[in-house]
Amino acid sequence: MNIHAPEQPAPPTRTTCPYCGVGCGVLAQPDRMGGATIAGDPDHPSNFGRLCSKGSALGETLSLEGRLLHPAIDGARASWTDALDATAEGFRRVLDEHGPGAIAVYLSGQLLTEDYYAANKLFKGFLGSANVDTNSRLCMSSSVAGHKRAFGSDTVPGTYRDLETADLLVLVGSNAAWCHPVLYQRMLAAKVARGAKIVVIDPRRTATAEEADLHLPIEAGFDSALFCGLLVALAERGALNDGFIDSHTSNFTAALDRAREIAPDVAATAAACGLNPTDVETFFDLFAATERVVTLYSQGVNQSAQGSDKVNAIVNVHLATGRIGREGMGPFSLTGQPNAMGGREVGGLSNQLAAHMGFDVESIEKVRRFWDAPRMARAEGLKAVDMFDAVERGEIRALWVMGTNPAVSLPRADAARAAMRNLEHFVVSENVASNDTLGAGAKIRLPAAAWGEKDGTVTNSERRISRQRAFLALPGQARPDWWIVTQVASRLGFAEAFDWRTPGEVFREHAALSAFENNGGRDFDIGALADLDTRDYDKLEPIQWPAKTGAARKETRFFAKGGFFTPDRRARFVAVEPITPAATPTRTFPYRLNTGRIRDQWHTMTRTGRSPRLASHIIEPFIEIHPADAAREGLVDGGFAKVSSSHGEAVLRVRVEPGARQGALFAPIHWTTETSSDGRVGALVHAFVDPQSGQPDAKATPAAVAPVAFARQGFALARGALGEPPAQMWWAKAAAPKGAGLLFACDDAPALETLLPGLERDDEIVDFVDPARKSYRAAIFRDGVLEACLFVGAGRQENAWTHLRTRLGQPLSEGQIRSLLLAGRPSDGAASGPLVCACHGVPKGVIEGAVRSGCADATAVGAATRAGTNCGSCLPEIRRMLASMRALEPALA
Amino acid sequence: MHAPAMERERLVVIGAGMAGLRLLEELKAACPGRYNVTVVGAEPEPAYNRVLLSSLLAGEAADEDIRLRDRAWYGANGYRLFTGVAAQAIDRAARRVTLKDGRVLAYDKLAFATGSEAIRLPLPGAHLAQALVFRDRLDAMRLKELSGPGKRAVVIGGGLLGLEAAYGLARLGCKATVVHAADRLMNRQLDDRGAATLRRSLETKGIGFVMGASSARIAGDTHVTGLELASGAVLPADMIVMAVGVQPNVTLAKAAGLDCNRAILVEDAMRTSDPAIFALGECAEHRGAVYGLVAPAYEQAKTLAAQLAGDEAASYAGSLLSTNLKVSGVPVFSAGVIEAEDGDEIVTLADPGHGHYRKLIVRDDRLKGAILVGEASDALWYLDLIASRAPLGPLRDDLAFGRGFAAAA
Repeated sequence: MNIHAPEQPAPPTRTTCPYCGVGCGVLAQPDRMGGATIAGDPDHPSNFGRLCSKGSALGETLSLEGRLLHPAIDGARASWTDALDATAEGFRRVLDEHGPGAIAVYLSGQLLTEDYYAANKLFKGFLGSANVDTNSRLCMSSSVAGHKRAFGSDTVPGTYRDLETADLLVLVGSNAAWCHPVLYQRMLAAKVARGAKIVVIDPRRTATAEEADLHLPIEAGFDSALFCGLLVALAERGALNDGFIDSHTSNFTAALDRAREIAPDVAATAAACGLNPTDVETFFDLFAATERVVTLYSQGVNQSAQGSDKVNAIVNVHLATGRIGREGMGPFSLTGQPNAMGGREVGGLSNQLAAHMGFDVESIEKVRRFWDAPRMARAEGLKAVDMFDAVERGEIRALWVMGTNPAVSLPRADAARAAMRNLEHFVVSENVASNDTLGAGAKIRLPAAAWGEKDGTVTNSERRISRQRAFLALPGQARPDWWIVTQVASRLGFAEAFDWRTPGEVFREHAALSAFENNGGRDFDIGALADLDTRDYDKLEPIQWPAKTGAARKETRFFAKGGFFTPDRRARFVAVEPITPAATPTRTFPYRLNTGRIRDQWHTMTRTGRSPRLASHIIEPFIEIHPADAAREGLVDGGFAKVSSSHGEAVLRVRVEPGARQGALFAPIHWTTETSSDGRVGALVHAFVDPQSGQPDAKATPAAVAPVAFARQGFALARGALGEPPAQMWWAKAAAPKGAGLLFACDDAPALETLLPGLERDDEIVDFVDPARKSYRAAIFRDGVLEACLFVGAGRQENAWTHLRTRLGQPLSEGQIRSLLLAGRPSDGAASGPLVCACHGVPKGVIEGAVRSGCADATAVGAATRAGTNCGSCLPEIRRMLASMRALEPALA
Repeated sequence: MHAPAMERERLVVIGAGMAGLRLLEELKAACPGRYNVTVVGAEPEPAYNRVLLSSLLAGEAADEDIRLRDRAWYGANGYRLFTGVAAQAIDRAARRVTLKDGRVLAYDKLAFATGSEAIRLPLPGAHLAQALVFRDRLDAMRLKELSGPGKRAVVIGGGLLGLEAAYGLARLGCKATVVHAADRLMNRQLDDRGAATLRRSLETKGIGFVMGASSARIAGDTHVTGLELASGAVLPADMIVMAVGVQPNVTLAKAAGLDCNRAILVEDAMRTSDPAIFALGECAEHRGAVYGLVAPAYEQAKTLAAQLAGDEAASYAGSLLSTNLKVSGVPVFSAGVIEAEDGDEIVTLADPGHGHYRKLIVRDDRLKGAILVGEASDALWYLDLIASRAPLGPLRDDLAFGRGFAAAA
């Protein structure tokens, strides 16, 4: 027996990643200095220990720099009491004077279920307003609408396991390799293990498409035509499941007839979709011949004026083949946010009431009784785009935004931002002290708890509820969102209905409501969790719903044997509308602008933007364009382009990309006023929405491009604060280890003191001046350590940026000639270039070196450099490098 | 073995310094034993490494470090060596050299390697024993004797030699002050920034500077007490070192009627106006240039040896001027042009804090000039680039960062 056992470190906290809808389990080991070591949870059924580049870097995002740490009213620091009084008073006043139509709350897929529940209950049950919408409207509301039309409920029928047991995986409008990397790795594992085929339907040749067996580069917006064609082809080939259609569905004939009108045969389908008929035929054959098919779809389907129809066209083929709810089969919506699903379960959308109930009289009455609510909303409220239109018109006068940044993410973002300035009462609950929405005139700022500090539950894309647990103390005066809602509710006179003391109590009520007078009429039932005590809640293992009281927990899929949640329990085939794009390119705006994510950033970068590691793959807002289009427009790779639509404009770095579709542009959504001068892409997006879901058509805005030239480009790095960039400068901010960075382009050489205002008298300046090359470089040393630097030159300073950013704050090595740092690269030329593998920090130069020294495939590169051996999301890029290097040097092949 | 002495051509070399010795070494390689060689040196010892004199002064080199060839080497190679005796007259018609001690040497070929001597400023008080120049080993010895902790030394002249002397004196504990007429040090080798960088580095090593000052007189009756400047200010001093330049030793050549300008005029074959007489090193003037550095002398020695060996095509085309300041603890290198002209591209890399400075002058994609202060490990690479006039091409962008970076580009 060991009496003097060494002190064991506390076990890590098991929590859930705050990024995409995969919902990976995370082990967080606090370092007692405000940070934490992060690892994947090997026991979590979403990821079994894997994390993507973003998840792996969570430990780098925990600093309190830039956090909102105390309440503020009109820019002045205030006590919680005053801020909550003012919040409540503003809503009370507007409500009294203008009624419930004049108030709104705009929620977020990053809120926890408990936060969602509290806000939804307050507005819909106690303030009488259904103007409760969420950024999830921008994310997957077309899936909700599609599900409800087909199933009578917002139900994801399958599970992640199906991705591993399918023989055919069809990804539609999903760059899962970058946006859902851990799930994508599970799919690739299935491909290796059982030879599953992967088909990618996407206008862009994304990293996902590059790995696929078949890529259909479809014209944006025409996915439903392809699936109509598929439905027809299945019928023609006798590949329908007549038994399932007869027993469990309705409206098949109408749907098939409509499909025949839209896409009567392969040739017509190919023509409508802008595809090669042979590829279409191959896809149809594959689908017809493969029983185990999962069709996964994401924003390329959802963010469209035809989003709901696209979802239903996909669901139609699964219903018609009976490939739903069985092992390895089904339509599968991949959600983009950590708790979009939780928000849907709560009913935190303006067209849902609560707990998968709508605004029918019976449901309203049911919920009223459950809540004992004095002022029920009785009709659907305004969906996101309509909500902000109403703000613009002055109809909504009081708005509470929680945990999201609509001034960036909404379509016509500049107009939305301007509209918010007119609000009478504008409350924002936030983590950060500054963002575009706060900058749009928030009067009351409430400091909300962030990931790592908050405690509650989230639901992932496969209906699995997981705990997000706190492992850090609440900083400053930050408080959980649900608590803030209870305090406002209590000031409005509803203390009793909002008397929860812990998130577990909120959750129990939420679970009880899901089971309340349910009797199997609603898919969402987690009644079994309504009796968890605090200890059970704290220990809650990831659990998939349904979880009915008393039911054996075995079936985790829906609809294999029908049992839909329509009145007649039959699924509905939907006859989709003929496709008329919301807007077609014009002479003035000849391109279709697609928007989306990049691999290492998430949303508006308020969290990922803090990670130096994640700021090394793609560091600037960019526009992707096909080489032929680029040539026509006079754009060169690495140059700049002004991209404009009738709603706004942006100036972006040009990436000429052979994998882009001609006539299509792509720009990332992540950059904001906080992080760039001209990178707000949301400002360009038109405001057309899907008629069913209200989800914006964010991926096909008519747009124009024109070259922009800058005489100089460069970057500044500093351990301390960077200066305010001059007005004419194009810039983007990026995190750096031990500091911050600014990448810029301009015509006039910027002054050192402008960009690096923190210089002190005793700082030593080392500089390099080469006027003929428009080159100026300076390194500032303080106490023998690189404190800051500035690089300016005629061209891009990409490699120097990579080289210098990691040296910031580093002491010099013995005998090092520090002026040589200004060469901007190591003397041997290796170990440089942009980071390809963010997880292991492997730059392009190292991988190229490995290939040159004989690594023949990605596995060998991984063994030699560790690149691609963690999350694997850089493997497509590594394979691409292998291919292009072999093409250049045939001897390597 | 060698042919009998009487049958061989007689070569007399006047001057047993570094140039003269290198000529002997080159002859040994080119045509061993062909000539009956006599070397005459005014200094009491055979050639030593004059470049290291300041190291010797600073105590960083010992006597044996500056030794080149011992007397036995000369004998073993058949070279007759007379030291401590200067040549006094030349009878070109009779092909005879008369030495100061009266000896007469007949020659078939004669080579001047008389070098140069330090300029002594004609200042009042310059006769005092503590007013010295810094040219040979005896000067170094004398300075060393006068030096020591607490002693004050004033060095007149902020050129290469003056700085090396000042550094050596400072190392010996003296409080050394350099008085320089120009506004910048090494004004023929450095630009303003380079000179300022060098000055700051030397200041941190304890050397003081008075710039833009000219000397009026040396104060002191029986021994030096200071240097009075034209401004009237007096710098107290226990010794004065005049390091204001050198002048070629051409008195003998002139007296012999050889064509001279600043020094003895030579053609590309190193031949003087008398076909039997040659000159090399600091006493020779080639295409208008008189070199004060050892590297050109060595190149000239190679050409002259080849000529003497019968290779009439051997020819010297001049040397690229470059300076390497090695001793002062601050590496300095300068080659090619110092200041840019219109149309030149200037590239600088400066780290004043660490005393590093680089300036490169480029024109038409070719390197024209380079100044390196504080760090000069790539000096020869730059020198090659200037000398070869090769297009820089891909080397251009990273030129300032030296061979390791530019060549890897």
